[in-house]
Amino acid sequence: MSGLRVLVGCKRVIDYAVKIRVKPDNTGVITEGVKHSMNPFDEIAVEEAVRMKEKKLASEIIAVSCGPTQCQETLRTAMAMGADKSIHVEVDAASYENLQPLHVAKILAKVAQDVKADIVFTGKQAIDDDCNQTGQMVAALLDWPQATFASKIEKANGDLTVTREIDGGLETIKVQLPAVLTADLRLNEPRYATLPNIMKAKKKKMEKKKPEDYGVDIGPRQSILKVEDPPVRQAGSKLDSVETLVSKLKDAGLVPS
Amino acid sequence: MATFASGGRCISRPFAQALLNTLRQQTRPTSRRFLLTASCADPANGLGEEQRQIQKMALDFAAKELAPNMQEWDEKEIFPVETMRKAAQLGFGAVYCDEKFGGTGLSRLDASVIFEALATGCCSTTAYISIHNMCAWMVDHFGNDELRSQWVPRLASMDTFSSYCLTEPGAGSDAASLSTTARKDGSHYVINGSKAFISGGGESDLYVVMCRTGQAGPAGVSCILVEKGTPGLSFAKKEKKLGWNSHPARIVNFDDCRVPVTNLVGEEGQGFSIAMKGLNGGRINVASSSLGAAYAALEQARDYMKIRKQFGKSLENFQYLQFRLAEMATQLVASRLIVRNAAVALDSQDPNAVALCSMAKLFATEECFKICNSAMQIFGGYGYLKDYPVQQYMRDCRVHCILEGTNEIMRMLVSRDLLTER
Repeated sequence: MSGLRVLVGCKRVIDYAVKIRVKPDNTGVITEGVKHSMNPFDEIAVEEAVRMKEKKLASEIIAVSCGPTQCQETLRTAMAMGADKSIHVEVDAASYENLQPLHVAKILAKVAQDVKADIVFTGKQAIDDDCNQTGQMVAALLDWPQATFASKIEKANGDLTVTREIDGGLETIKVQLPAVLTADLRLNEPRYATLPNIMKAKKKKMEKKKPEDYGVDIGPRQSILKVEDPPVRQAGSKLDSVETLVSKLKDAGLVPS
Repeated sequence: MATFASGGRCISRPFAQALLNTLRQQTRPTSRRFLLTASCADPANGLGEEQRQIQKMALDFAAKELAPNMQEWDEKEIFPVETMRKAAQLGFGAVYCDEKFGGTGLSRLDASVIFEALATGCCSTTAYISIHNMCAWMVDHFGNDELRSQWVPRLASMDTFSSYCLTEPGAGSDAASLSTTARKDGSHYVINGSKAFISGGGESDLYVVMCRTGQAGPAGVSCILVEKGTPGLSFAKKEKKLGWNSHPARIVNFDDCRVPVTNLVGEEGQGFSIAMKGLNGGRINVASSSLGAAYAALEQARDYMKIRKQFGKSLENFQYLQFRLAEMATQLVASRLIVRNAAVALDSQDPNAVALCSMAKLFATEECFKICNSAMQIFGGYGYLKDYPVQQYMRDCRVHCILEGTNEIMRMLVSRDLLTER
């Protein structure tokens, strides 16, 4: 089974090292003038796809990103790492604020059919909204098997053997292709793009599309009511006796009175 | 330092230690938070998309591979061979060498952006990588195809480390007075003399040596490659230095050291010109390393000003420090602009490139040293401790005012250009 076509979803997110700030009007977080990079889990997915290609398992890697123009930087990064070409599905900044996993899943499913992908590969979740839904939804929409939270992927005849990270341990499953995979943290350690590959990425093909091109309506199905900072931890106090502690706990309703 | 003076009072050692531990965890260079991204001091300002990609990768490499180790490399004087080879695999070994023999084929401006980014993680190691790049370029640019095909691929991968040998114990700023000789004997040169302050000396595999093959003065100098292991090549003791501790410096001695005439780079008598042309780029490179150190120091000082409280408020609320920080950022941006301006001049073979590179090196290395020093001052007593990287940036970039031509020589070159009748 060589010659697999792998479609990798690459989301542009606020860099993991950035201190997130909530907008003063509580409608979201500040993204302007903030360092962004590829969602680390998607980066792991790109890396795995590139390794599959190096092992002659895959023949072509197509990176896809939905969002504003800046997503093209993320796609260039994916191509510098080894993706062969990319598709930018442009969503303007205003609509992007309400773009939800289902929208993206619908787009990815269409793109997958369009490019005749054998594997749709995404990160297990994005580090900004932590939804952990897109991959699963793509599988449902395409009616393909899914292997999520992959920490090891091996080929087994015409199928893939995937080790998944689940609560309390590891689960090994076999999936038939075509399939949807999502990458967990320990799947691999992504490479740095080399300088020559960064230069070459510039010459790789980047297709520009719109959600309408795939017949996907990105009208919001839900709205964000409020985004707030986590509560600031209150300072503790020193008590002089166990009795006071117990009564304080009772007052706070933490022990039955 | 048993106690730390603080507002006229002294605090006890255990308390200081506890405070130190807390602060240390908050200001680790490993937990970089890209505090100045998108600020007026962001090094990405003014760059094109591709340069930003290159810069981002170099910054990532610096944050993950260099910054977590810089203090250990400094303290234990470790020459980080594996890390540098890893950097070379990404294309940092021969950044501005031609692609024909394995160079990366980027411009001097790209190289400046790269060295600045890498130096945020370890100024000393970056400086060595930059010297190696200069040597690789000299071989690539002036060597014949035989020498290039023999050396450039190995220099690009850093399987071969290289050192630049110009300065002698008796010939520093007056480099053209060098006295190391290369006498032709059949198909060999026989080299005698010694070279001082050689970065990488003893560790490097290839020495790019300027020696006298002809008359006195610059026209009698030639550039010859000497491989480690050549009989007659020996190294003196490792020098003890204030900074730049992640690579050794030694005197390199040549005692009837025989190398084939094919090791000549360019032509006989061209050596001094090669050495100076190499240094134009070298000056941009060390100045760029200074920019990286200063940027990291500024970022850490800025972070510390948010954390540290005195007189009931955090340091960021003191106007003196606000102004100082503004001045530091201004010094940094001005330095960066003059360095990038010089890099562009070198790329476009501007007739004023020599003077512009000299100006850039003079201005940027001095201003960036001051920035690191001011950053250390903002950290107060803690800044003087080796637990904090800020003193290391200060120590590492101090030498940039001295080497690759002292800043006094830079002044000489600039004034000579100005006073020339045209």
